[in-house]
Amino acid sequence: MSETATAPAATGAGTYEPRIVAFFCNWCTYTASDLAGVSRLTYAPNTRIIRFMCSGRIDPQFILTALRQGADGVLIGGCHPGDCHYSTGNYRALRRFKLLKKLLAQMGLEPERVRLEWIAASEGDRLQEVTNEMAEQLRRLGPPNLEAIPAPGPGEELPGEVQELEKTEA
Amino acid sequence: MKYVYYPGCSLKSSGKPYEESLLEVFKKAGVEVEELGGWNCCGATAYMSVDESDAMALAGRNLALAEKEHPEGRIEMIAPCNACYLVLMKAKKQIEERAHLGAAVQDAFSRAGMTYRGEVTIRHPLDVLVNDVGLDRIKELCTRPLKGLKVACYYGCQIVRPYATFDDQFNPMTMDNLLRAAGAETVEWTSMKARCCGGTLTGTIDSAGQRLSYIILKEARRLQADVVATACPLCQFNLECYQGSMRKRFDDDLEMPSLFFSQLLGHAMGIKRRKLGLQDMLVSPRKALKACEA
Amino acid sequence: MDTSNNGNKPGQERAKVGVYVCACGLNIASKVHIDEVREFAGTLPSVGVARDYKFMCSDPGQELIINDIKEHGLNRIVVASCSPLLHEHTFRKACEDAGLNPYHFQMANIREHVSWVTEDMELATEKAKSLVAAAVERVAFHYALEKKRVDINGNVLVVGGGIAGITAALNLANAGKQVYLVERQPSIGGHMAQFDKTFPTLDCAACILTPKMSEVKNHPNITMWTMSEVENVSGYVGNFTAKVKHYPRYIKEDSCVGCNDCIDACVFKNGKWENEFDAGLSLRKPVYMPFPQATPSTVLIDPEACLYLMKGKCKQTCVDACERDAIDFTQQVTYDEVEVGTVVLSTGFKSFDPKRMPEYAYGRLDNVHTSLEIERLVNSTGPSGGEVVLKNGEKPKSVGIIHCVGSRDKRHNPYCSSVCCMASLKLAHLIKERTGAQVYNFYIDMRTPGKGYEEFYDKLLGEGVHFIRGRVAEVTDWAMTPEEEGKLVIRAEDTMIGMARRIPVDMVVLAVALEPQPDHEDIRRTFNISCSKEGWFLERHPKLAPVSTFSDGIYLAGACQGPKDIPATVAQAGAAAGEALALISRGYMEIEPNTAWIDPDLCSGCKTCLPQCPYTAITRNEDKGVAEINPVLCKGCGTCVGACPSGAAQQHLFTDDQVYTEIEGILSHV
Repeated sequence: MSETATAPAATGAGTYEPRIVAFFCNWCTYTASDLAGVSRLTYAPNTRIIRFMCSGRIDPQFILTALRQGADGVLIGGCHPGDCHYSTGNYRALRRFKLLKKLLAQMGLEPERVRLEWIAASEGDRLQEVTNEMAEQLRRLGPPNLEAIPAPGPGEELPGEVQELEKTEA
Repeated sequence: MKYVYYPGCSLKSSGKPYEESLLEVFKKAGVEVEELGGWNCCGATAYMSVDESDAMALAGRNLALAEKEHPEGRIEMIAPCNACYLVLMKAKKQIEERAHLGAAVQDAFSRAGMTYRGEVTIRHPLDVLVNDVGLDRIKELCTRPLKGLKVACYYGCQIVRPYATFDDQFNPMTMDNLLRAAGAETVEWTSMKARCCGGTLTGTIDSAGQRLSYIILKEARRLQADVVATACPLCQFNLECYQGSMRKRFDDDLEMPSLFFSQLLGHAMGIKRRKLGLQDMLVSPRKALKACEA
Repeated sequence: MDTSNNGNKPGQERAKVGVYVCACGLNIASKVHIDEVREFAGTLPSVGVARDYKFMCSDPGQELIINDIKEHGLNRIVVASCSPLLHEHTFRKACEDAGLNPYHFQMANIREHVSWVTEDMELATEKAKSLVAAAVERVAFHYALEKKRVDINGNVLVVGGGIAGITAALNLANAGKQVYLVERQPSIGGHMAQFDKTFPTLDCAACILTPKMSEVKNHPNITMWTMSEVENVSGYVGNFTAKVKHYPRYIKEDSCVGCNDCIDACVFKNGKWENEFDAGLSLRKPVYMPFPQATPSTVLIDPEACLYLMKGKCKQTCVDACERDAIDFTQQVTYDEVEVGTVVLSTGFKSFDPKRMPEYAYGRLDNVHTSLEIERLVNSTGPSGGEVVLKNGEKPKSVGIIHCVGSRDKRHNPYCSSVCCMASLKLAHLIKERTGAQVYNFYIDMRTPGKGYEEFYDKLLGEGVHFIRGRVAEVTDWAMTPEEEGKLVIRAEDTMIGMARRIPVDMVVLAVALEPQPDHEDIRRTFNISCSKEGWFLERHPKLAPVSTFSDGIYLAGACQGPKDIPATVAQAGAAAGEALALISRGYMEIEPNTAWIDPDLCSGCKTCLPQCPYTAITRNEDKGVAEINPVLCKGCGTCVGACPSGAAQQHLFTDDQVYTEIEGILSHV
């Protein structure tokens, strides 16, 4: 099992390249990504895709985990409203996302870092546009100012601040 | 709100009636304009064939100048001449969309102590009168409606091609709607209303140029129009001023008054003839206007 | 997250992963350093074997996996190659052949998502490594799953009764299956019934179509419903329930013999409403027969035109005239619910409305027609008895046919409509034959790819039809010379001679584009499929799967999937029927076992998940106070899992543990 997930986000040239984790739904956005590939539309390699059956599966904790583990941004991709393969999953995703954005704003995280896009199966060009745009935005923003707190491994202690919290709540 | 007014060369010379009548109409309609100080010739179609970036810089200078005089917010610039209107729009588009050209032009501007910010929107007086002032208000202001006057509204090509920003590309109606609000009847002539008048060809290859204008006048006559209304000084010039030569060349007894739409609109608003430059017309519109005044 | 024992449940084996990096010829190898990725994979702790190969999906590629599983005791497999949408099932099958549960497998997409979309080779290689790491981490948390099987109901629903639907229905019915053919018009036949002759053979359309229409009506295995629409569909492949809405004809279908006495007797002496079948060129009465060969051969009454149905007051001369007592004004909308296993969509196309191109003067000047309107004019059952005539009743002496109206046009439809060149050539021939007129075809390119098509074009060249290559700028009525007075003048650039030309004609024919039906969005939502950008129903794969969709059990046939001619339509309809039959014949379908389940020990009974499910698959067990998911109804979206606050709900193949490790894997490498 690998250790903590924070690997340096630098390319050979020494310039900062943001890492974006993408959560895409199988029927629309993942298929659009395949279409972008088939059409040979090149885009920035910063985005790495994780496949779900539906954007409704996406637990806000996935987004938080990704950020905590060192992602500079998270991109969520689903079907356009009304077009969800499972009818309403994307609406649920939208609601959770909106609530999460409020929370993240309170934490001081720039809004560009977590983004929701509706990309249909035939919109390979839109995928290219969005991934390039997001990479460029995050490049300009620089790394997030959240300290990446590594997840405790087996037998490891919780970080100091959390221990304090636990004491007061006990 | 105040508009920046860019007259262009023609409106100060052969197209003087256009400026006179338009400014009177603006005054009546409450359109506040301020002439751009230090404006230069837009270069029209000629300069672009010589050097593209020079031409864009020349035209674009007017935009940068307006921005310099009005450093805050967006600027609306009225350009009555169709050619100026198009060239200024082209300049804006080219400078903003073509990185190489844009950089060269910005460089030229900076050396003149100006920068181009992209805050200017170019408007045509037809657009301003119909969409900003509104047809209802225009109707109110027309105390002497053009009842019984049949007008052939001729738009010329440059305000609908290649960009059709405020009107339909194939069947523009802004001028028609404006003059109808002034009480006139307009003819239906989709084929002609935006067809080329010949432009500068009337001066260079007059057989070709005059023929194009002649076709327009002939059709206006066939449709029993009393006058042709135009929005561009060159169109107006081509349509009006060669009729003598056309009569000889095409063996046709042609006589069709060709006015600026603002002259007709001003007349409907009750503005005096002299203030609308109507006395300077080569083909007198007197008969046509007198008939509708009855 | 329990990181001990690789995250497997206590007692389960430790993961020993085999990683296979595919070069895919040069597709991946040209942009990703394959050996570097393989070496990297080998450094990951749980990896037992790391290999690379030119074509993993080939037999020898799969053999590599099978042998390694047997020889090295691998219990998890990762293949880094193309999209799982393409080959996941291939490699799962290889695992299965080696005796490993097929769901102990994960793919990393390093072709569509890396090599084909990244310019820099170093960056592409790093991205590939992180995706491989993610897959390796994740697959350790995979566990054995059983394939889910559903039975396939043998009935088929065919939506749309044009030539596509008719072909599919007959194929299926002849194979012994029960077919429900639903058509929204009062008669089946679609657009083909409106044509006079078909290219290139100049077969009479009605002659080749009507026998089939008759066969459909009389086939014991086909239930033909006209004036009907599918209102909604529920269920899943093999088990669809469709609700069909029937609009009233106000005629008893079994009694009417199509004698048309009611039409003659109608209080309206003349027709006043546009006859839809004649493309608006003729008028009909409120009671009418759609066209002479309509199937069923039954009249119908238009409720928005009939005096009695609108105002309640009429002499009802039609009722008196009907000897069969077939008129029934009390008819209402009715419904039927049918259970089917598969659906074939064959809803056809609509024509581009040329009013959207005002420069062609359609609707403004007389004698400017669409190609469909001319089809009706040349048809002997049409409004002019097969004579090509102008509005004033005379025959035209010159006709211009304009190709690509609304097609190959960035302002309207960028695509080529495929059939209009041939249709325009056909009309050129028919018009010349009927009138002897000078015919001019204005085209951009002449597209005649099918069998006998080029020869047809060649023949036409010999018949003296004029061809002008140039996009028409304008159709105008103003005359420049005395010869042009009273004519329609077509202005076009003749690109072959480099001149602008004015061709005065008596009649203009616009070869209009084919477009998706206006309600294609509603239809696709009803059947849960996708549309392409232009609105055509989306096939699963443009080359290798042109009749199936991403929704199992829903097939496409005909122009609804994209513009095509009759031979291609018939072929596609046969293919759709064939695929449906293959499914029915096997009797079952295996679907992805990615359903959700709820751990009753963790469920607190908060009921958050219940309303999340669009299939009402979740119910509350009142006795136990926990939620339960019905695996038969669950379609595996995972929405309830994303909402569950206590992690009690999980989704097979997408458990929280699996996702968390995948995220970690992606970020563990640059």
